[in-house]
Amino acid sequence: MAKEVVLMKGNEAIAHAAIRIGVDGYFGYPITPQSEVLETLAEQKPWETTGMVVLQAESEVAAINMVYGGASAGKMVMTSSSSPGVSLKQEGISYIAGAELPCLIVNVMRGGPGLGTIQPSQADYFQTTKGGGHGDYHLIALAPASVQEMADFVKLGFELAFKYRNPAIILADGVIGQMMEKVVLPEPSPRRNEEQIIEQCPWATTGCKGRKPNVITSLELDPYEMEKRNLHMIQKYNEIEANERRYEEIECEDAEYIIVAFGSSARIAQKSVEHAREEGIKVGIFRPITLWPFPAPELAARAKQAKGILVVELNSGQMIEDVKLAVECNVPVHHFGRLGGIVPDPDEVVNALKEKLIK
Amino acid sequence: MTKEDIMKPENLVYQKPRLLNDNHMHYCPGCSHGVVHKLVAEVIEEMGMSEKAVGVSPVGCAVFMYNYLDIDCQEAAHGRAPAVATAIKRLWPDKLVFTYQGDGDLACIGTAETIHALNRGENITIIFINNAIYGMTGGQMAPTTLLGMKTATCPYGRIPEIHGYPLKMTEIAATLEGTCYVTRQSVQSVAAIRKAKKAIRKAFENSMQGKGSNLVEIVSTCNSGWKMSPEAANKWMEENMFPFYPLGDLKDTTL
Amino acid sequence: MKHEIIIAGFGGQGVLSMGKILAYSGLMENKEVTWMPAYGPEQRGGTANVTVIVSDERISSPILSKYDCAIILNQPSLAKFENKVKPGGILIYDGYGIINPPTRKDIKVYRIDAMDEANERKMAKTFNMIVLGGLLKIRPVVSIESVLKALKKTLPERHHHLIPMNEEAIHIGMDIIKEI
Repeated sequence: MAKEVVLMKGNEAIAHAAIRIGVDGYFGYPITPQSEVLETLAEQKPWETTGMVVLQAESEVAAINMVYGGASAGKMVMTSSSSPGVSLKQEGISYIAGAELPCLIVNVMRGGPGLGTIQPSQADYFQTTKGGGHGDYHLIALAPASVQEMADFVKLGFELAFKYRNPAIILADGVIGQMMEKVVLPEPSPRRNEEQIIEQCPWATTGCKGRKPNVITSLELDPYEMEKRNLHMIQKYNEIEANERRYEEIECEDAEYIIVAFGSSARIAQKSVEHAREEGIKVGIFRPITLWPFPAPELAARAKQAKGILVVELNSGQMIEDVKLAVECNVPVHHFGRLGGIVPDPDEVVNALKEKLIK
Repeated sequence: MTKEDIMKPENLVYQKPRLLNDNHMHYCPGCSHGVVHKLVAEVIEEMGMSEKAVGVSPVGCAVFMYNYLDIDCQEAAHGRAPAVATAIKRLWPDKLVFTYQGDGDLACIGTAETIHALNRGENITIIFINNAIYGMTGGQMAPTTLLGMKTATCPYGRIPEIHGYPLKMTEIAATLEGTCYVTRQSVQSVAAIRKAKKAIRKAFENSMQGKGSNLVEIVSTCNSGWKMSPEAANKWMEENMFPFYPLGDLKDTTL
Repeated sequence: MKHEIIIAGFGGQGVLSMGKILAYSGLMENKEVTWMPAYGPEQRGGTANVTVIVSDERISSPILSKYDCAIILNQPSLAKFENKVKPGGILIYDGYGIINPPTRKDIKVYRIDAMDEANERKMAKTFNMIVLGGLLKIRPVVSIESVLKALKKTLPERHHHLIPMNEEAIHIGMDIIKEI
């Protein structure tokens, strides 16, 4: 049987995918441009079908701490928000990372700083990939560039989160969240039962039946013990960096110039590549799909053939730092971005390519 | 008579609850926490819920509750325990879920989480230790610090024009539709301890029966923070805390 | 075949829902589609626009520099998008409230007085379907059958009795659109 193709917004795809893959709980708070996630879940009433809990919390702070509680108890739980709300969640995210809990966070980015704008932006790259909250930690960061990937990354995010006992984040933006595209939703799979949860998460606070009590905490006052804990986490991060880098290359084979872009910027840049190639400019796209771990070795390999790299982001220059680190100054690297919630059109990117790299 | 003879079960007049382990408590001598921990352990044991209990500890002196109670525990961020407990109970409705929070955690930084969890009628119990001071950080002013009371951050006494007024969270909780049982207890005497234990039991039973949210405030001493002997602290509490924080049930919809 | 379309007007004119129906109709024909709104706090009265792409192939950017077709329903949108129509492309506008009509000579300009027609026939609610009918006459992006299928799929069943009225509106639009 052919898979059913539906048309929906990126935000709606997140909600539908969550229900279908058997997520146990969603805890959120309204904020533009991601409110459709909670709205769609409320409309779908999954508590009547799969038994999924959906709760509008009193704040983003409460929502992420509900995620902490649910994740500590072995459940598949998630939250979503947009930039200012994700800033509020940072304390909880740090605790979740510190207690090594699996969960999924979705950030449908808007422009900042502060209350900023409700229009699309990619200005939370640093926040997402360089920590965000306090302490030495990393989130597994997935950057969808289509509504299909919004749906797919819910499942992928949870798979990676449980595999490594580490929070995963989907870093989307207003374009991907609000745009409608065709999408094939994941195959329905039932929520895990109590036995399966206990088997998968022997560390979780599921009630200490037949075992010693489990404690979930990020607190360790003995510095030597804390250092051990930090080193253990770093070992885990190294493993993730070694195994989980994801990226896509488009028309890179003969490219003399490489555009590095993620999410919506990568989509816009694809059209720019079409335009540029019509003019005879050999340009391709390198799209990091995981922002952390950053696909640095792959980018470095591809950069060897390039005369120059243009990093296109909806911010004033954030991912460019990782690009420069990856290529170790062997290739000129320039940045093009629009700010304030303005999304550049494909020609602006072509012009930037000519002005900054080709000259 | 040998020691072994004396230790026979039939000679037993008092026993530490099984769920309270042998770890050395970090609480100061005279602190109320140890007593309340014991009551929580006893009630869980007596209810037969040791394999289904999940406790949520706060930030504050009771942060290490999980080191003393042999049940599954989660350590929450400062003030967020009611949100954490909300999710656990919603996702595991058959578990006994409770938070254990101090006045700074519950009535200051976690005011929103406390009020909203109670107002949603989450089937949890919040145990609220009110000793009118921040103990762990070294005796600073709490939201419940009495007027005139001296602390490290109001060394000349709490003055309403500067510091505002002490907050009666339990009275607020009693006005919320979602709460079914709201009570204020203390543990300075044997009689008080018995009453407090009954209150905790009732609250835990309510939350297992899905009757709504439960708040059990324990008016407590912090003799270190108050810079008093345990005995003087108890006396000071009776004379100064009880008039402003009167004991008894504020709300009970189960009657 | 690929159609890159901008629909722009006031909030409340049905700009976004017209785009949605067009995108759904494309889906009914197994085409690739994107629907990208310029979202904002405006519900009514502010400007609203949506980019709809219907294509036989994978769609790259949902945001475009130039359009094959612009459907313009108010003066500010005309000022914003007239220059963004590709040479040889088309511009369809509703004359209602347009004081300065389009001036470009290298594109084909069509006028559809859908607002007047809708008011006269007391079909204000299907105004956007009249406009859509005009578009489909000039550029058969999708078939009318697909539009009807899309309506059936997207409208709740209790509104299915309105489908014939929408079909009528499409035919009216096809009749009244004229080249300038």
